[in-house]
Amino acid sequence: MAKVIVITSGKGGVGKTTTSAALAAGLALRGHKTVVIDFDVGLRNLDLVMGCERRVVFDFINVINGDANLNQALIKDKRNDNLFIFPTSQTRDKDALKRDGVERVLDELKKTFDYIICDSPAGIEHGAITALYFADSAIIVTNPEVSSVRDSDRIIGILSSRSRRAERNEPPVDIHLLLTRYDPERVARGEMVSVDDVSEILSIPLLGVIPESESVLRASNTGTPVVFDAESPAGRAYVDAVARFLGEQREMRFLKPERKGFFRVLFGRA
Amino acid sequence: MSLFNFLFPPRPKTAAIAKERLKIVLAHERASRDAPDFLPSLQKELLAVVGRYVHIADDMIRVTLGKTGETSSLEINIEIDGAKPKDGLGKSSLFTGAAAKSG
Repeated sequence: MAKVIVITSGKGGVGKTTTSAALAAGLALRGHKTVVIDFDVGLRNLDLVMGCERRVVFDFINVINGDANLNQALIKDKRNDNLFIFPTSQTRDKDALKRDGVERVLDELKKTFDYIICDSPAGIEHGAITALYFADSAIIVTNPEVSSVRDSDRIIGILSSRSRRAERNEPPVDIHLLLTRYDPERVARGEMVSVDDVSEILSIPLLGVIPESESVLRASNTGTPVVFDAESPAGRAYVDAVARFLGEQREMRFLKPERKGFFRVLFGRA
Repeated sequence: MSLFNFLFPPRPKTAAIAKERLKIVLAHERASRDAPDFLPSLQKELLAVVGRYVHIADDMIRVTLGKTGETSSLEINIEIDGAKPKDGLGKSSLFTGAAAKSG
């Protein structure tokens, strides 16, 4: 049974698209046929992060409007056969994302894919609500910072009242917390709220902690999902998060400040 | 103060402040999140009705939906202390008495 997962946060700039790209690629690497959809109409960016911006011909809105079919719009990833990208439109008409059209497209995708990842826009407007409406699971991307935590709480409230599962009185959306841009050294100094504090405040299960890492910017510079960089702490943390999502037990890593070796201090790199 | 602290003043642990502030603001927001949408318009209409009889300012009325255990309550607080009855209303008006008592 195909599963629809929304990557959402309320606040912008916390790492939703990075996370969507990394989790989709991570699920594909584990052998699951996965498609990642950009719901940020007018501000298309998933294509850049996934490195397929020059291959976009048709988009989500074209398919919803019946101007193209799914096979014409889906972009097959060149690194992994299980991974597909569904870019959004650059139209300024935000209402182009019609709920019944989205439902039709998702139902069609469910026939061939194991996982459908919906990369939500920021905010709590039409696009964000449409992205979360059909979700079976939600991953709340949060930074250890007051405004991000507050907005996450708001979006959790919306998921439990305005999603299709809530409206139909079905079992609730399965909600997970993913803490990104975590800096264990600042947490140790008492300058950043800890993962335990954020979990306690939001009281949803923790899927993973992604450390602040230079590899994330390197990955988006080159259009490579960060899980393909097996050396990087962020890449490894995302691989762990994917494993936990699939039901495996993995110990949380990168929660304590790393002891830097002599050479690391001299030539410091994350 | 030791020389060490003088040279390297300890930085305040702001994470604890962040946590406390978040707990307070979220407790407040979660309580009002489930409030029905009609509360603001109910408040506006009540204000209009009361305003027909006494001079009343916007902030003199508060409508809150509370819940304690099994019982839900709709609490309406109208502050009319010092409110002047509108012209045309006699001295016998109910509101004159109420205003005097509530002082």
